Amino acid sequence: MALAQLPMTEQWILTLAALILFTSFLLLAQARLITLIHTFAWQGVLLCLATVLVASTSGRHHLFISAAMTLVLKVFFIPWQLRRLVVRLDIRREVETVGGGASLVMIGAGALTLFSYYVALPIRALSLLATRNTIAVSLAVILIGMLMIITRRKAVAQVIGFMSMENGLFFAAVVATYGMPMVVELGVAFDVLVAAILFGIFFFHIRAGIGSLDVDRLNRLREGDK
Amino acid sequence: MTALYLTLLFPLAGTLLLAVIGHWRRAGMVNTLITVATFACAVRLALEVFNRGPLLSPGKMFYVDAFNVYLILLNTLVGMTTAIFSDPYMAHEVAIGRVDDGRMRLYHAMFQGFLLTMLVALSTNNLGLLWVAVEGVTLATVLLVSLYRTPESIEAGWKYFILCGVGIAQALFGTVLIYFAAERILPGSDESLLWSVLYSRASELEPTVLSLAFVFLLVGYGTKVGLVPLHNWLPDAHSEGPTPMSAILSGLLLNIALYALVRFKMLIDPALPGGLPGKMMMGFGLLSFTVAALLLHRQRDVKRLFSYSSIEHMGLMTFAFGLGGPLATFGALLHMIVHSLTKSALFVTVGHVAHVAGTQSMDKIRGLIHTQPLLGWTFLIGTVAIAGFPPFGIFTSEFLLFTATMKATPWLVIPLLVGLCIAFAGLFRHLQLMVYGDPPAGQTPVVANIWPVILHLALVLWLGVAIPDVLVRWLDQATILVVGKGVL
Repeated sequence: MALAQLPMTEQWILTLAALILFTSFLLLAQARLITLIHTFAWQGVLLCLATVLVASTSGRHHLFISAAMTLVLKVFFIPWQLRRLVVRLDIRREVETVGGGASLVMIGAGALTLFSYYVALPIRALSLLATRNTIAVSLAVILIGMLMIITRRKAVAQVIGFMSMENGLFFAAVVATYGMPMVVELGVAFDVLVAAILFGIFFFHIRAGIGSLDVDRLNRLREGDK
Repeated sequence: MTALYLTLLFPLAGTLLLAVIGHWRRAGMVNTLITVATFACAVRLALEVFNRGPLLSPGKMFYVDAFNVYLILLNTLVGMTTAIFSDPYMAHEVAIGRVDDGRMRLYHAMFQGFLLTMLVALSTNNLGLLWVAVEGVTLATVLLVSLYRTPESIEAGWKYFILCGVGIAQALFGTVLIYFAAERILPGSDESLLWSVLYSRASELEPTVLSLAFVFLLVGYGTKVGLVPLHNWLPDAHSEGPTPMSAILSGLLLNIALYALVRFKMLIDPALPGGLPGKMMMGFGLLSFTVAALLLHRQRDVKRLFSYSSIEHMGLMTFAFGLGGPLATFGALLHMIVHSLTKSALFVTVGHVAHVAGTQSMDKIRGLIHTQPLLGWTFLIGTVAIAGFPPFGIFTSEFLLFTATMKATPWLVIPLLVGLCIAFAGLFRHLQLMVYGDPPAGQTPVVANIWPVILHLALVLWLGVAIPDVLVRWLDQATILVVGKGVL
């Protein structure tokens, strides 16, 4: 079905899905930490907008609460906290090279997106929901978050990858099933909040332990013969 | 019902209380008392479920049946004995200056938080909350792994956090897919993630979505079970944290993740006649079992050695649950108990051994049986038990597993037996020198709190010689729940 034939709100949701995926690619390529954190916040904004749209079209009002939680957690709290930590640890100016070469990683992310569409094929055939195309997008966001954790060396960037995976999961829940039951969403949000705080604590430990936030230097634990 | 709430309330209160007073000199005692109270409530709960059948809480938040209640009981028992061990052990760590007051508060609070999240994971009726609780377990323990703040322990903590976080995210995606399938048969209902609702209608769920969901669930919870190739975090996390933590991580946490996996398998099996979940679990289980058995040979650190032994045993259990059938499932359930008891006993012993030798490196631990005979003997006996020798309980459960395998897929018995021999050799080539070698000069006995170990080993011995009738009937009820028919 062509995009123009769909109802207006669906077109919007699909556009937002595309933009969320686009921000995932941006996150993957961005070398400056502060810009990285800002991009992550923008992904949160898009996610929040998409949730509000789904909430208003589907009439599931608990999704408004989820959208509000996303706004507070992923747009304000986590980026604010990460930014504060980056400033306090004085790593604002640090630039990192993306492991394995940026273009190679981009090609990898493209392949993951294709793979996600392939995996989601049987689900798309089943779905009665207006937002069926977006499951593949959310899976792609999750997998790209994983790729980011693998390829990045800085602890801060790995945390952003981790949180962007959470974004993908949240998006999946919103578009596939109009959100999880409220109690589950609250629990997940609580876990994310605690994880964000723990990550902050860990930054200081890592810094104190190895004098840098380059997790490549965490390489003392080896298999067998040392 | 009250018993269930109390079982959860005690650790919750303990977390809050010990967050404030955890650095007191008597805090270890308070910690122990809370776990004793929790255990008493769990016994009450177990009796209730045993006499009256499954228990569903009024708001449908919690559901306790024969399958999870025995794990709840096991959890609180091992939690209690570990707390008894932890009190003097951590006092020693404070005395030698490895931890300070603030960290003791963190340690005690998180000890209770760890038990709480595990009990919530076991008793919840909501598959989404199960995920939340399992992730909660990671969050509660991650700072405990890095408690000593050495570069190694921070590395282990970070690895644990990131790898388990990434892994468990896949499980949430799987849960979303399950919810997606459930929504199709229960549209617009807030109850479509409730186990008690879903299980009765499992056969109506959409098979294509379910099989996809199980792949994600297996990767997700499998990471936490420590299945190869997702096991990398496990030996690090188990070897770098304080020993009481290693005991609970190896003894209990892995069981929780496996429990989650089996629950989902129970849900998915009726809709998928091909038995895809079972086959995948068998494959990953066998792979983990074999790889871990081989890696036992390459270890230098005594705690890492037993971490790999945990992977090996979890692989075996995953294989058995995957194989299905009453006998294999019964064996796997029994194996969960005996493995937990033996492994936590071994970690407790290893903790004392590390204090005696002043190191965890196996090259430097020598002649324990000469330095401190009681410790040497329990170390020896524990290792004999974990290797699967008669008359201990692990022999019984492994024997049942092998019998079941022989009936279903005889050719798979060969890799299992070979793996068992390799694992045996891997354990004993290290053990021999540690127990019987010449003790180095300056190795002195420590004040050991060996009672928890003796209790656990006695229980394992009892289960190996004669399983009490009550337990057999109980495990049989659980087997009926998991595979639909019992062994009796």
